[in-house]
Amino acid sequence: MEGGVVSEVAWQKGWWRKDLLSIKELSREEIQMILDTADSFKEISTRDIKKVPTLRGKTVITLFYEPSTRTRTSFEIAAKRLSADTINISVSTSSVVKGETLLDTALNLQAMEPDIIVLRHSAAGAPDMLARALKASVINAGDGFREHPTQALLDMMTVREKKGSLEGLLLAIVGDIAHSRVARSNIYGFKKMGARVRVVGPGTLIPRGIESLGVEVFHDLREGIRGADVVMALRIQRERLEGAFFPSEREYARFFGLSLDVLREMAPNALIMHPGPMNRGVEITPDVADGPGSVILEQVTNGVAVRMAVLYLLAGGTRGEDLH
Amino acid sequence: MRRMASQIAERHPGEGDLALVGIRTNGIYIAQRLAKEIEAIEGLRLETGIIDVTLYRDDISRGRPHPLVKRTEIPFPVDDRKIILVDDVLFTGRTTRAALDALMDFGRPALVELAVLVDRGHRELPIRADYVGLEVSTSRDESVIVRMEEAEGADEVLLVGPGWKGES
Repeated sequence: MEGGVVSEVAWQKGWWRKDLLSIKELSREEIQMILDTADSFKEISTRDIKKVPTLRGKTVITLFYEPSTRTRTSFEIAAKRLSADTINISVSTSSVVKGETLLDTALNLQAMEPDIIVLRHSAAGAPDMLARALKASVINAGDGFREHPTQALLDMMTVREKKGSLEGLLLAIVGDIAHSRVARSNIYGFKKMGARVRVVGPGTLIPRGIESLGVEVFHDLREGIRGADVVMALRIQRERLEGAFFPSEREYARFFGLSLDVLREMAPNALIMHPGPMNRGVEITPDVADGPGSVILEQVTNGVAVRMAVLYLLAGGTRGEDLH
Repeated sequence: MRRMASQIAERHPGEGDLALVGIRTNGIYIAQRLAKEIEAIEGLRLETGIIDVTLYRDDISRGRPHPLVKRTEIPFPVDDRKIILVDDVLFTGRTTRAALDALMDFGRPALVELAVLVDRGHRELPIRADYVGLEVSTSRDESVIVRMEEAEGADEVLLVGPGWKGES
């Protein structure tokens, strides 16, 4: 369509942010814009030629201070399918081991004129600091226990695809809420999109005062997932938690593991989700993970589409000075 | 529209391997109407698809927010098919160029033709239409607005001056 005036209007409604740092900062309309864009991008990954020329000449750097396979690969595939050039830097191979600070590393990368930096870091707020310091767009790929916005976006996309809308749905997040950036991002996201959210887990793994985010707290699994449309199991980080936060893995599995028996409490056609990597037999049994309600692998597929959408929108975002 | 349909039918008599691909947004409706008209003439229902050219534009990343992307749906293989691209207005030819690139990413058609409702001139690329509903001479700073019943409730083509702000 090349009439003239019409495309101007479409442009004004577009995306203006330079960075994606959290779900908390996004409006419902912005979330909707990302999800709609991701829906359109999904088709590209089903083509024989899985590539469009849109971000030709753009450079995307993934800078990961924590291990990750799924998220880093997903970002890299997303960038490549948009024809951007990608460079991956992970802590073990970088000069970080030689003592360089995050900011110095970032400023050095900036000097090579990348367009987008995808950062995972153990300190909450690290991406915000980079976003202020750098001309490049910054995407938070997980910061400490704070947020993991693209994970929540792909979760919302998956549920919306299956249920049509998030409005009025009941989401139960089960497990280690206290140490989960996935839980926090999903709480913000699903609430903004009109869903009700419950958190379910032992008292030691649910932060005090979480009710202020507008969620209901349950310490009994059956009660917590009763009537839920979506149940999301979180990964139990066994190496860190066992002994201190619950007595043993087996005991956790018995009280908070998702099994076929427990799932009868959910609404009919309820969805089972997990952000990965799974501990089969701990937070989720194999027959549930591979069962009919499970959308765990669809989450991964949608992760690529969501990250393509975010890269696309941010690459057109405003570079600070002309904001407002 | 009927004239365009009969021209298409005349040039491709009884060809079932012909398919119409509309360029978002109005091209979709025009492609569907052409398919209907051709069915009335030939008794043959052509397949139709949709292309969103946003990701193939040459003016993307020029310091403005990226336009929103809608779905591309070509639910048939394009290899060795005869494809007619359908759009509402042909102006600089840049949209058509983008649509050709998008189409080629789906395969290698045997033949591609272009059908447009309005040709307003001022080409910036070596592109011409094979089927034209209406030729309008315009100046470069004017805009041609096509409204379709499917989207706006009425069919109309407007030629408006540079100061136009969306009033009809």
